Order: sequence, then structure tokens, then C-alpha cells
Amino acid sequence: MGVISISETPLHVLAVDDSNIDRKLIERLLKTLSYQVTAVDSGSKALEFLGLQDVENFQSFSPNPELEVNLIITDYCMPGMTGFELLRKIKETKSLKDIPVVIMSSDNIPARISRCLEEGAEEFFLKPVRMSDVDKLKPFLSKSERKTTGDEECVSNDNSIAIYDDDVNDDDDVEVWSDEDEQRQMFSEDQSC
Amino acid sequence: MAAVSQLQRQFVDYTTSLYNEEYLDDQFTQLQKLQDESNPDFVVEVVSLFFEDSEKLLNNLATALQQTSVDYKQVDSHVHQFKGSSSSIGAKRVTNVCVHFRNFCEEKNLDGCLRCLQQVKHEYILVRTKLEALFRLEQQILQAGGSVPVME
Repeated sequence: MGVISISETPLHVLAVDDSNIDRKLIERLLKTLSYQVTAVDSGSKALEFLGLQDVENFQSFSPNPELEVNLIITDYCMPGMTGFELLRKIKETKSLKDIPVVIMSSDNIPARISRCLEEGAEEFFLKPVRMSDVDKLKPFLSKSERKTTGDEECVSNDNSIAIYDDDVNDDDDVEVWSDEDEQRQMFSEDQSC
Repeated sequence: MAAVSQLQRQFVDYTTSLYNEEYLDDQFTQLQKLQDESNPDFVVEVVSLFFEDSEKLLNNLATALQQTSVDYKQVDSHVHQFKGSSSSIGAKRVTNVCVHFRNFCEEKNLDGCLRCLQQVKHEYILVRTKLEALFRLEQQILQAGGSVPVME
């Protein structure tokens, strides 16, 4: 176990899944790696948490630095907004697009997997998600932007060390959705949820 | 201490049979690995959620299949959920029935769906009974001062 400095902020993962069982599972898995976890049950709640106000009309976005998210892990099949639609919205928002997104699905559909990866998902996990999957998240979390005070060691149970650059968070402009964006239908061709 | 080792032996044998008969699969082992001193009741908590969920889903399925005009998309949605939750706790036989069930939904085969509903209910009750017995055995071991064997 590495040295942990008192001022260190634990890495924060936003987990999105409509299943309470799967939320509990993913939360537990992530917490074994000492990540801080916020679990929500829908894509729209995820976007709200990320600072996207007035989700339906995409009228305004205000990033909340208090609630910095280092990784988003989302289920694919959810009522309302699918994980794919959530991924897309995140990748199209200037202030959110650099947050790594991972998709989980109980269905092994190659077309679905490639579509998600093409849209910018870092990884695609087949459910049930296990420890060996969550271990794969470490490199994504070490690359993402976070508030740091110089070099520090990764908080994890293994002996690997991740060194963080002393990045300063970008002061991203407030993202405004145009009418065009609003009208763009984000229906996934994959309706087999 | 003879009582404890006997209970532990019983536990190992019972668990082994559950895996051999596919009531449980490796995912259940994964759940047990996530249990520790800081999360001592993790498995029971997750399995309890599964029991609650399943009872609701079975009721919803029965209702949906009783409609004069069955909404197969709705039925499929419930089965999909059931498939997911059973798979997440390692209740293999329940998951297997759900796979067949989804096929019948796709075919809009009412008879097939009704048969699968009976089957999935049956498998659910079986696994619930067995898990409850397993948890009771664990409690007996702990109360006798022993530790629960870790299955690999």
C-alpha cells in the first residue's frame, strides 16, 4: 500500500445503472480500489450530477468543481436514456468530454460494443462485472484530469504507482446547446434492450 | 470443536453440490470475495435485494401475461431485468430459464411464455431455499465459534 497524503482527493467514479443490485455490486467493486463512488439510477440523473441543468432542453451547463468526476461507468440498457445516449451527450459536452466513460452490458453484441468504442467509450464490460474488469480502470483514472498537488501515489491495494502531472483544471466555457443539437435524434439503432 | 468442523464439512459439501448442480456459478464466489470485515454482510445484502426484486418481477410477469392483449415488449423487459439480476448474483439456473423466456417473448409465444414463467418461478424458489439454507449453515458455524470456509 502506498503512502497517502492527507490532502489527497480520492478518485471519484460516477456509476449509472437502473438495477439496484448492479449498483450495489459496482459500488462495492470500486470501493475495494478505494475510489469514491456516486451511484445514480438513470442517465438523466447522471447528467444532472455532472452539472447539466435542464436536461431536456440542454439549455445550460455549469460544471461543479466540488463534485469532480474522474470516470463514468454506465449500464447500456436503461429505460429513458440508454448508456450509449449518455456517452454521446458526455462526449459532445466540452467540459465533460475528457472524462473517461466505460459501458457495461449483459448482452454480448459485437455491433453494440464497437459502436460504443467508436463513440469514445474507453472500455466495454460484459456483466456481471468482476474485479478483473475493474482493475482495468486504473490507467484511465490516472490519465484523467484531477486536482493534484504534485506527484502522488495511486490509492490502491496493489503496489503499482501512478504519478500525476500537476494539471490545472481547464476553465471550460459554459456549454450551450444549440437548437441543432437539440433536434438531433440520438436514437441508437440497437433497440434490443 | 468437532461440532464446528462437522458444520464446516457440511457447508463445503453443500456449497459444492450447489455449484455442481448449477444452482450457483462463479459469480456467487465473486460476491463472497467482496465480503470482508468492513462489509461483513455483503452477500446477504445483495441476495436479499435479489429476493425482493424477484418477487416483484414474478408478480409483474404474471400480471403482464394475464392481459387480454399481452404486451410482449413489457414481458421481455421484466425477463431482461430478471436475467440481469440472477446473473449478477450467480443464480445460474434462473438465468438459463430467462434466456429461453426471452426467445418466447420475441416469438410472441404465449404458451412458451407461460411455461417459462412457471419454470423460472420454480427455479427461483429452489435457489432461494438453498441460499437460505446456506446462510443458516453459515450462522451456525459462526455461532459455534468457527469461521466459514472460503470456497475456491
